[in-house]
Amino acid sequence: MLLLLLGIILLHVAALVLLFVSTIVSVWTSSETSTSDLWYNCSTSNGGYHCDPASTGEWIQAVQALMILSIIFSCLSLFLFFCQLFTLQKGGRFFLTGTFQILASLFVMSGAIIYTVTSPDWVAQTDTFGYSYILAWVAFPLALISGLIYVILRKRE
Amino acid sequence: MLTFLALASVVLLGIVPERSQAIVIYTGWERHALVGSDIRLSCSFFSWRWTSEDVTFSWTYRPDGSRDSISIFHYTGGAAYVDNKGPFRDRLEFVGNPGRRDGSILLKNLEFADNGTFTCDAKNPPDIVGRPSSVRLLVFEKVPIQAGVITGAIIGVVLGLLVLIVVIYYLMRFLVARRVFSLSVSKHGKKKKEGSQQRQGPAPPADPSKVKAAASEKKKQESRKDKK
Repeated sequence: MLLLLLGIILLHVAALVLLFVSTIVSVWTSSETSTSDLWYNCSTSNGGYHCDPASTGEWIQAVQALMILSIIFSCLSLFLFFCQLFTLQKGGRFFLTGTFQILASLFVMSGAIIYTVTSPDWVAQTDTFGYSYILAWVAFPLALISGLIYVILRKRE
Repeated sequence: MLTFLALASVVLLGIVPERSQAIVIYTGWERHALVGSDIRLSCSFFSWRWTSEDVTFSWTYRPDGSRDSISIFHYTGGAAYVDNKGPFRDRLEFVGNPGRRDGSILLKNLEFADNGTFTCDAKNPPDIVGRPSSVRLLVFEKVPIQAGVITGAIIGVVLGLLVLIVVIYYLMRFLVARRVFSLSVSKHGKKKKEGSQQRQGPAPPADPSKVKAAASEKKKQESRKDKK
């Protein structure tokens, strides 16, 4: 019983950590000499390493907002899980926790999709997707599975 | 003592007239505009003297990347002379009021080539010593969105919706609870009146919710006994 609880919490925290890293580290696009998006474009030129703020287009701001919202909803879901763990009656389901976690996964998915579709507008063809982008796509199924587990889980004493 | 007074008076007389002769000119620092739109470049001045009839305003333009500036506007002797040969031919209009120390000009139908620095120089005789002031004009194809505006808007809207849904949920629960509460009070009042009329009648029927609570408690106790 305790093992199941630990496993669920671990899954949730793993998804949350992936979301944090994907949002904060600014490596959604990378090339040989530069990394760019979501917040900074950094490049290594002859003079060393220097960073400029990322472009201020509408779509990149939408991706920023969706990633931040997914972090907020995932944190709220973790907090609600601990609340419901102690206040839910026996046999009850963690609907609220599961809803927030599924919403967080939907936000990551839409953020990653918007970035995939609109990034060719400002990213050169020779650049590839960086590891922050991949982490965002990995966080999406983890969060989704975690949310579904919460919806199916029943509280036992 | 006398020499000190003499020196002081000379210095004061030297400073005060200089200050009253300096004219201070104000324009904006930078102006942003869209292609094809009109923009008003304002220029005004501060002077210790009254506005004279010989007040003059002149505007010069220096394109971005060029070192030469050309004169595009001059107001003197009560008449305004606008550019009729240069880049602002037929696009410049004087909209200022020299009597109110305002020497603003209106640029119509802006083009990308109008990017540059506009300098306003005003003279209010005998107040002629002063520095001209410059305003930089930036012409955009479309107004760029500031970083973070859309981000903040999306986050704010979604969180606001969340708070709204929570508030509405608790409000509905509160309202439903109040309606139920008022219903049970009226029933209880009627039952009391019936009970007082028939003194030797049967005991008043218990509240249905209380009956249910008692039944569920009995069931819980039975289930606990079963488990043990």
